[in-house]
Amino acid sequence: MTGKTLYEKIWDQHVVRDNGDGTALLYIDRQLVHEVTSPQAFEGLRLAGRKLWRVDANLATPDHNVPTTNRSQGIEGIEDPVARLQVETLDKNCSEFGITEFKMDDIRQGIVHVIGPEQGATLPGMTVVCGDSHTSTHGAFGALAHGIGTSEVEHVMATQCLIQAKSKTMLVSVNGKVNTGITAKDIVLAVIGEIGTAGGTGYAIEFGGEAIRTLSMEGRMTVCNMAIEAGARAGMIAVDQKTIDYVEGRPYAPKADTWDQAVAAWNDLRSDADAKFDTVVNIDAESIKPQVTWGTSPEMVVSIDSQVPDPANEKDDVKREGMIAALSYMGLTANTPMNEIKVDKVFIGSCTNSRIEDMRAAAEIAKGRKVASNIKLALVVPGSGLIKQQAEKEGLDKIFIEAGFEWREPGCSMCLAMNADRLEPQERCASTSNRNFEGRQGQGGRTHLVSPAMAAAAAIKGHFVDVNEL
Amino acid sequence: MEKFTNLKAIVAPMDRPNVDTDAIIPKQFLKSIKRSGFGPNLFDEWRYLDQGEPGMDNSGRPLNEEFVLNQSRYQGAKILIARENFGCGSSREHAPWALLDYGFQVIIAPSFADIFFSNSFKNGILLIKLDANIIDELFNDVAVNEGYELNVDLEKQTITKADGTTISFEIDEFRKHRLLNGLDDIGLTMQHVDDIKTYEQRRSAEAPWLFK
Repeated sequence: MTGKTLYEKIWDQHVVRDNGDGTALLYIDRQLVHEVTSPQAFEGLRLAGRKLWRVDANLATPDHNVPTTNRSQGIEGIEDPVARLQVETLDKNCSEFGITEFKMDDIRQGIVHVIGPEQGATLPGMTVVCGDSHTSTHGAFGALAHGIGTSEVEHVMATQCLIQAKSKTMLVSVNGKVNTGITAKDIVLAVIGEIGTAGGTGYAIEFGGEAIRTLSMEGRMTVCNMAIEAGARAGMIAVDQKTIDYVEGRPYAPKADTWDQAVAAWNDLRSDADAKFDTVVNIDAESIKPQVTWGTSPEMVVSIDSQVPDPANEKDDVKREGMIAALSYMGLTANTPMNEIKVDKVFIGSCTNSRIEDMRAAAEIAKGRKVASNIKLALVVPGSGLIKQQAEKEGLDKIFIEAGFEWREPGCSMCLAMNADRLEPQERCASTSNRNFEGRQGQGGRTHLVSPAMAAAAAIKGHFVDVNEL
Repeated sequence: MEKFTNLKAIVAPMDRPNVDTDAIIPKQFLKSIKRSGFGPNLFDEWRYLDQGEPGMDNSGRPLNEEFVLNQSRYQGAKILIARENFGCGSSREHAPWALLDYGFQVIIAPSFADIFFSNSFKNGILLIKLDANIIDELFNDVAVNEGYELNVDLEKQTITKADGTTISFEIDEFRKHRLLNGLDDIGLTMQHVDDIKTYEQRRSAEAPWLFK
């Protein structure tokens, strides 16, 4: 008998019934809830007179709409009345249905994909869902985690299950060691550059290889977070001692009575040596350089030491047209060296890169330096209240402020600009977020995706620069 | 969910790859707590020349005349043909809500992003995957024939052109069944309440830490 992949193991453990039509009813252990994709689901439950199947499997927090400035007035401090209503609606729904919510004034509030792991609410072997595509983040814990739409949010609320067809499996093996200055963000951008934004469509991706094993849990979350940018709903990484050490002692983690039993089960959460993947992609870690996107799709990415690609060299018609449109939107000329591109704003944050390790990496670059005079705004937005507290304990806030960065309150912020943090038309941003789509950070805004260290370096120099040259 | 059986309608072309859900419905409209009313803001940043905000009267906004859906020949289109990886990005179900509210009931492309694919079917939109070369032909047909229509039959899994030629398409049996009958997933799953309870009993003995 052939062994099983990690995906297959978790899948098999969660099948409630085989529907006999190519789908299964899959049990969901954890649902994370935020204000944007849940109101219509709660309304659906109310209209049908349904209750939550398992209240304790849900955990909520507002993140997309919350302001990152002064929080002293709580919800009343949200100036946009439409956004305020959405956050109020989450509060009301959570209290009506009995869901635990970390509200705006709670130190535990933050981006859903940051607080799940931080609280130990994300555990190895779990199935985790949320009405947000970056739910793939939680796969870093050897969990099966993916984003769902609002209809599915309601389905999970009502039945604790999802109707799912099994995905194909892909192993992305990042072999060998990365060079100095290369982070998890550079690894995952290089992977997306290699397989493309649709390369993982229909697959659950398992990331493996020495370069992945060497990453911290924060780094692994960054990698799995962007699996969706390669088209895969789920990204995942096998459990090892680092995973278990990270989880131990967190508020929602198993306590003494079940801890040993849980750890024993978790230690099997890796693909068997003889497991067969539908596709295997090998990446040489040593070849990865600091990455910067140049276009309007995350696959439009190059190394900092290269140039803006020339559409004239692209043979495929549809792709070439796409490149021309992207260059026009981005206001870039083919063959411009990447390190000559000047930026207007810098954003360090998002569910991809707002954890303590990211804060430390950016602060290390910012320390003792000043933000360049052409930078209109350099924002640092920690992923949760607890990360903010930890960073302040380490004095990182002071380093940022002295260098000329703004130190803000936790939330999704300028990753998708649903709150007041956004780009103006034609403004160019070095951003640690996950999507460089047209208009993502503000209508007409131009986004370049980079690692936290590279974003901080761009803030200091005023243009993109290899972090190793500072 | 509304049933879908067949549809004969005007076809509109969206000729670019990787159309993402941020483009389909920009984030500012996600602040709504309703499921309806997103149609006027479908493709908002491409469709209008000004910056759209929730609550605006869209009827008075300046249109981008070059944008495909603003051209008179595509008014009333209910079928959209598109390129690779349509619907990539965010899981926002507001994207299919906006497409449906605008009038699109069928989208034909070489490939779709996974979450968008699943969200669309849950709202009664039929997504059809065809080979890129067949899609190329459809783009050509649409370009040269004003008022170009296709007839989509889900039961037979065929698309019929005006000249009578047909293209057949594949669809998962379970999606077809649900669409043809307009079935509600929650209602279907609720028929298996006993299976869910049995699973929970077994699993909570095996992995008690998941049930605390």
